Amino acid sequence: MSIQSQIVAEFAITYSRFLDAEGHLTQELPESLNNPELLRKLYEYMVLNRTFDAKAIALQRTGKMGTYPSSGGQEAIGVGVGAAMKEGDVLVPYYRDHGAHLIRGGKIEEIYLLWGGDERGSDFEHLKQDFPVAVPIASQSLHAVGVAKAIQYRKQSRAVVTFIGDGGTSEGDFYEALNLAGVWKLPVLFIINNNFWAISVPLSEQTFCKTLAQKGIAAGVSGEQVDGNDVLAVNYATEQALKRIREGHGPHIIEALTYRMCDHTTADDARRYQPAEEVEVHKKEDPILRLRTYLVSQNLWDEEQEKALYARVKQKIEQAVHNYESIPDQPPTAIFDYLYATLPHDLIEQRDILLANLGAHHE
Amino acid sequence: MSEITLVEAVTQALAYELAHDENVIVFGEDVGANGGVFRATEGLQKKFGLDRVLDTPLAESMIVGMAVGMAAEGLKPVAEIQFLGFIYPAMDQIISHASRLRNRTRGRLSCPMVIRTPYGCGIHAPEHHSESTESMLAHIPGLRVVIPSSPTRAYGLLLAAMRDPDPVIFLEPTRIYRKIKQEVPDNGVALPLDRCFLLKEGTDVTLVSWGAMLTETMAAAQNLEAQNISCEVIDVATIKPLDIDSIIQSVEKTGRCVIIHEAAKTCGVGAEIAAQLAEKALMSLRAPIQRVTGFDTIVPLYKMEHLYLPSVQRVENAIHEVMAFE
Repeated sequence: MSIQSQIVAEFAITYSRFLDAEGHLTQELPESLNNPELLRKLYEYMVLNRTFDAKAIALQRTGKMGTYPSSGGQEAIGVGVGAAMKEGDVLVPYYRDHGAHLIRGGKIEEIYLLWGGDERGSDFEHLKQDFPVAVPIASQSLHAVGVAKAIQYRKQSRAVVTFIGDGGTSEGDFYEALNLAGVWKLPVLFIINNNFWAISVPLSEQTFCKTLAQKGIAAGVSGEQVDGNDVLAVNYATEQALKRIREGHGPHIIEALTYRMCDHTTADDARRYQPAEEVEVHKKEDPILRLRTYLVSQNLWDEEQEKALYARVKQKIEQAVHNYESIPDQPPTAIFDYLYATLPHDLIEQRDILLANLGAHHE
Repeated sequence: MSEITLVEAVTQALAYELAHDENVIVFGEDVGANGGVFRATEGLQKKFGLDRVLDTPLAESMIVGMAVGMAAEGLKPVAEIQFLGFIYPAMDQIISHASRLRNRTRGRLSCPMVIRTPYGCGIHAPEHHSESTESMLAHIPGLRVVIPSSPTRAYGLLLAAMRDPDPVIFLEPTRIYRKIKQEVPDNGVALPLDRCFLLKEGTDVTLVSWGAMLTETMAAAQNLEAQNISCEVIDVATIKPLDIDSIIQSVEKTGRCVIIHEAAKTCGVGAEIAAQLAEKALMSLRAPIQRVTGFDTIVPLYKMEHLYLPSVQRVENAIHEVMAFE
């Protein structure tokens, strides 16, 4: 006996890109990307991201910085997303989206400071409402919906952008955030950096989902995939999504497909689990190389500009390293000073014990 | 003025602050049309609108995580977790973020938020509705943990919690939600946080307690008056940070101390109070400190709850013991 039933809901996830791995256009560029200045800026910040990142690893290797999570090979995501955000928007990051911080006006030395073991790295000089790096996986998704709720309550046209990795999408907090964003139509954009590895666990062992973008569907949140190594695709999708979000159409997911061309952190060795031949394949997908090829093919970039850019980036990073290394230490009492707006009496006593011990130590 | 219960005092404080601070947003499971499962938010949604008093989807981590985001944007989220026994999914957000955001950002962002939650034995509810795990929360740097023991205290302390610039966990003892009635003027006057309250003056022994257990504690104190034992009773009220100075002051006078709490004994807040008295007031003590607490067992389902809960008799026995010590 056959049962009669009808399809009551249908869903689809699209995938888009503009530049293929060889730097060729796969389709005509939309209006917003027909902007050489924007394209050069995206290129410049991807180069800055990769160079500052290599320096961070070098600082760690020489004992000048602590454990650091690289964004190697994934620069197009942070940079492409950050470039589409407005000043009043709020970034709620995880820890592989440094490009967004930098292109939004965050300082390089802030990132060095944080991973160099200094809380002042999260006391951003310019991005006063942006969240600090969230180390526990997926917990930031909920902060993002809270910020979005505040924005909605005040009827502002700001938007929230939050990042998460592919592994993070297995966490309950991610699903809870999507559910709330959907039911309250919150102004929040979820960016999934799908680099196919959650430390050593490949995506195939993380989920049976065909896409991660579809994880929003159960919450009524639309989603799409883009080529995460095509900064143009990332930037355009973000710009369009933020426009819709600002118009009150509610949340959205962009799953950016990339590959982790680096260790999970400096405390990891990806050669233990990433197949060398797989890494070789993805090397050819490099986001920086492909945009440069395109820019050169359009006569928007030449060797001289390239040299000047690298000189500029080198100088910026040297300055940042200098600032990072020359900042005076925090006073010992700083471990107490920011726990509460006003230090409770019991902690004043403990702070005095610390100071008394330091005094004895110095004698 | 008519007398109100503790839960009505909570409602009164929420209403006062909703009316006087547009940044205050009250939310949680069933707090809207239903007015909360204990009616603590009764009528608030109707009075202040859907923007100010919100029912959330059923997800505790989400409730607290969202509050962190709202607080960072300058709102004053006042979240309800339906029972303390259901707060555990939100512990990550409390420990990892709410209590740390100010320190993590060196004061750039902060978390002025209140998490209200009913707790403790005495309401004949299923498992997970009866526990007192306040010491878990008191162990977390960056938090305040506040427990009212009467309608007056609930009103004043909740107002203070909502005006505090840092995260406050406000634990409401369900056993006395409707047990005591007091006149509580709706004057918006907050009580001080971080301070003990002296409930009864005495000279022979200091009884230290908080929340619902003050009922048994006060009953024991009154019973022993007849036997010429004069008990001083302290309501700790804010268990973190602890106002140990007020307790020491009392113990210096009486020379004896009995600590009474509903929570399990091991690593309970009573252990902290006893340790600090040993550190700072040992020479004032004329007898070893006694603790009368819940046992280190799972809180039984309600038929055997009375075996777990410290009784007036157990409190009296402990007092006799410290009085008899030579």
